[in-house]
Amino acid sequence: MLELAGVSKRFGGVVATDSVTLAVASGEVHALIGPNGAGKTTLIGQISGALGVDDGAIRFLGQDITRARQHQRVRAGLARSYQITSIFRRFSVLDNLALAVQARSGSSFAFWRPVAREAALFDEARGLAREVGLGERLEVLAGNLAHGEQRALEVALALATQPKLVLLDEPMAGMGPEDSQRMIALIARIREQVTVLLVEHDMDAVFRLADRITVLVNGRVIATGAPEAIRTHPEVMRAYLGDELAA
Amino acid sequence: MRPFLLPLVLLVLAGAFPFAMHAMDQGFYISFATRVLIYAMAAASLNLVLGYGGMVSFGHAAFFGAGAYIVGILAVEGVTSAWIAWPLAVLVAALAALVIGAISLRTRGVYFIMITLAFAQMMYYVFVSLKAYGGDDGLSLPARSQVGFGIDLRNDFTWYFLVLALLAATLYLLHRLVNARFGRVIVAIRENETRAAAVGYPVYRYKLVCFMISGAIAGLAGALIANQTNYVSPALLHWITSGTLMIMVILGGVGRFWGGPVGAAVLLTLEEMISGSAALGPWALHWQLPVGVVLLAVVLFAPQGIAGLLGGKRHA
Repeated sequence: MLELAGVSKRFGGVVATDSVTLAVASGEVHALIGPNGAGKTTLIGQISGALGVDDGAIRFLGQDITRARQHQRVRAGLARSYQITSIFRRFSVLDNLALAVQARSGSSFAFWRPVAREAALFDEARGLAREVGLGERLEVLAGNLAHGEQRALEVALALATQPKLVLLDEPMAGMGPEDSQRMIALIARIREQVTVLLVEHDMDAVFRLADRITVLVNGRVIATGAPEAIRTHPEVMRAYLGDELAA
Repeated sequence: MRPFLLPLVLLVLAGAFPFAMHAMDQGFYISFATRVLIYAMAAASLNLVLGYGGMVSFGHAAFFGAGAYIVGILAVEGVTSAWIAWPLAVLVAALAALVIGAISLRTRGVYFIMITLAFAQMMYYVFVSLKAYGGDDGLSLPARSQVGFGIDLRNDFTWYFLVLALLAATLYLLHRLVNARFGRVIVAIRENETRAAAVGYPVYRYKLVCFMISGAIAGLAGALIANQTNYVSPALLHWITSGTLMIMVILGGVGRFWGGPVGAAVLLTLEEMISGSAALGPWALHWQLPVGVVLLAVVLFAPQGIAGLLGGKRHA
């Protein structure tokens, strides 16, 4: 579904991603792990189109999207969420989602008809809100939501574009155990419909959700494989998992 | 309150105004009010990009002045039909906004402010050096534009009502626009550009179209101001004009639907009252000082502007 071939990104002298080759298969939850500064978020940026690709190529659903604009990739079915919550803070939950739905359904170069009358947009937005557990919080301004709720909205905004592949950048960042469990359950539900590339530090979540895991260290892929294989991979244990799982 | 009640009341008041002034033998204020209506249109156009779109254009005088000069130049060349001159003024202003926007919108924040300012100043100097059309001294129009149908725009009443009708139409258009899909996207881009792009909006394109629409409306206001005074000068393009429009928007309420008109009315009325005050004597010349104090007070104590103080929901 998604193939990266030798993708690199340099910021001045710093190599953030170093000829990353990676394939995400349709229907899987593919986890991308690695220590801080490994280049995970840079790679997500490159896949989503927010950051350029210095070397290498990205293919999505058989199409070369290496130079495609971000909105073109979203149209093609490639959406992302952010590690640092990025929502429309002064919009209500409902308006946040309706706006994301609107991006996908028809042209928004529409200057006359009030959006408020487009019942279909808001119906779909309500459905999405229910799906991520925000069904009772529709009129609350997004900026006033609790942290866990904002993280749920963050994921819902990506889902609203009806992606075929969703890039989730640390969906559990800053969450307590209760919210984390809720997010794990949500990802387990959405994987029925959408392929997931998951960046996450929470190893419990990664090993529960992932079909395959890719390990990124210093911008390079050092291993890709099934969770059991990664768990026992000597280089991974040394470079990243350390004592935590070696014990 | 029903949504159409406020505009209706305002329209009735504005419609009654010239008759009241005429009855009180204060005909001068009809012309003054016409000026307010024209600046209300220009400020509303700036509020679209600045308030709704979050694009702090410090060069809106470029479009306002372009519209005015088109009417002026055509009038001097013998083209006095409003049906030709005004649409052309709108078109040229829109094209200027397309070119300036296409370049400026690649930058953000203070760079955007500076580059829009630079473009407007460039246009200012072009017209200062354009000796064929008055250069520094500006250009006197032989007469107001003609609309035909036996309507005589030299009559101050008629002129006032034409401007009022155009302002009402423009505001209605803007009202539809900001509540339509396009308007929601523009506000969303202001709120969070990164996310707007991530849910699939081609952000640059939306900003550019918004900038063009705003420029076109400013161009229409420019065409009207040329007719208002029968005179155009490079001062219309000067950064002080851009700054004045910006002050109007800030006074009235950034991103508030009535922000532009309210700000234009308040600023011009203050200017008129203070500079025309006999009690202040020679101090009246320094009308900017008290206006500055009012602006400070608004920014400090009513960041939502005067329209915000009066209530109503901000578009967010």
